Amino acid sequence: MSAPKPSEITPEPLYRRRREFLKQSIGIGLFAATGKASALVLPRGPFPRRDEADGEKVTPWKYATTYNNFYEFGTDKEDPAENARRLRTDSWSVTVEGECERPGTLALEDLVRPHALEERIYRLRCVEGWSMVIPWLGFPLAALIKRFRPTSKAKYVVFETLYDPEQMPGQRWPILEWPYVEGLRMDEALHPLTILAVGMYGKVLPNQNGAPLRLVVPWKYGFKSIKSIVRIRFQERQPVTTWMRAAPREYGFYANVNPHVDHPRWSQKKERRIGEFFKRDTLMFNGYAEEVAHLYRGMDLGKYF
Amino acid sequence: MRGKAALFLLCLLPAGWLLFAALTDRLGANPIEAVTRGTGDWALRFLLITLAITPLARLTGWRSLIGYRRLFGLYAFFYASLHLLCYLWLDQFFDWAEIGHDLLERPFITLGMLSWAMLVPLAATSNRRMMRRMGRRWKHLHRTIYLIAPLAVVHFFLLVKADWREPLLYLLVTVALLGMRIPVVRARRRQPAH
Repeated sequence: MSAPKPSEITPEPLYRRRREFLKQSIGIGLFAATGKASALVLPRGPFPRRDEADGEKVTPWKYATTYNNFYEFGTDKEDPAENARRLRTDSWSVTVEGECERPGTLALEDLVRPHALEERIYRLRCVEGWSMVIPWLGFPLAALIKRFRPTSKAKYVVFETLYDPEQMPGQRWPILEWPYVEGLRMDEALHPLTILAVGMYGKVLPNQNGAPLRLVVPWKYGFKSIKSIVRIRFQERQPVTTWMRAAPREYGFYANVNPHVDHPRWSQKKERRIGEFFKRDTLMFNGYAEEVAHLYRGMDLGKYF
Repeated sequence: MRGKAALFLLCLLPAGWLLFAALTDRLGANPIEAVTRGTGDWALRFLLITLAITPLARLTGWRSLIGYRRLFGLYAFFYASLHLLCYLWLDQFFDWAEIGHDLLERPFITLGMLSWAMLVPLAATSNRRMMRRMGRRWKHLHRTIYLIAPLAVVHFFLLVKADWREPLLYLLVTVALLGMRIPVVRARRRQPAH
């Protein structure tokens, strides 16, 4: 392939303006009604799509962006859509550390750029008994993990959300122990269904949905899918996650969706899909049993809930 | 009398708003949860308003306030009944086996139902005829509200995941309203200020 002629190269100022224009058009066009969104600039689609929700109807954007559990921005479902405007996602960086050969702090763009984005339509089941179907944009966590060469001691992957009470007013109250911490066993983290998302519904992530980078683990209750990640750590010991710390009797490390194991205070047999009147039966591993059940073979899921 | 009619309509406003909002898609992504929470909130609020009437009448010397107490009490029962109906219908769809299981296994359901059940005899004996017929026993029976209010607050506490601030506020109000009824506290208030 020959080098481009000088006349074909876009002058840098113009190139920069184009990026700005793209950012602004995304900002104005899509988020006037629902607050701010990730500053990340997505490559142009279309993205390869994988429907992992058996053709079920996708939850309306309006609901997915106004009904959120993101306690960093308040504990009412409508709070994050309102308060997450304060979050600044430009110049975001992520630190990767612990048991790996290539630790370091990377700008979000550098972290994401090597990966081809794809759309994954997943069911999302909250521990509170409601569910949605969301088309995420992201890439397999496994691909990212491999870049950092975890050592043989890396048995778990731990994630941390940003801690900054200025941007996250919910953190001014000790409702949970901040920053929010979540974790996965290495085989769960490497599972092809586990992704890091930077967008949804073909757009960048709205702040209230975990911009600019979040985890999505579709066979676990929603609180495992940590939002606004700034730190990823490989370690040998199983971490104590935020909800385990808050209520160890109620939230375990695994938190796999399981209709046979009730939350101590409510049943998990059924769920209400957002937008529907009647409840539906909750599926084992949220309907992903075929793909993930082998990870837990021989484990007592009532004990390791 | 006009005042009472106006108050009667005013107390219906929260129910009216919930109905209107539900029919016009103003309750967000999970309207059933919003209606369940809304009716529960108002049941508790009317319970506390009812409890506030006597101390308020005593403090302000506005004796005719007592005449409104029954109305507030009946509205507490009305909203508690709607709240229960939300659970039985919209949450469980009258699956009695599951409801029975909840009643035995889940303390917050047990307490919620218990608070509602304890309101039933109060609502049933709220008319003047029953008041006359029961005499002193009427007063004893209606004092169970001192137990119902804290039970309802505990019911709220038990369903919260991590943010205790709202039920805590209700607890403080309940404790204050009940505290004003302790004879020692009342006696001190009655003493001249100088």
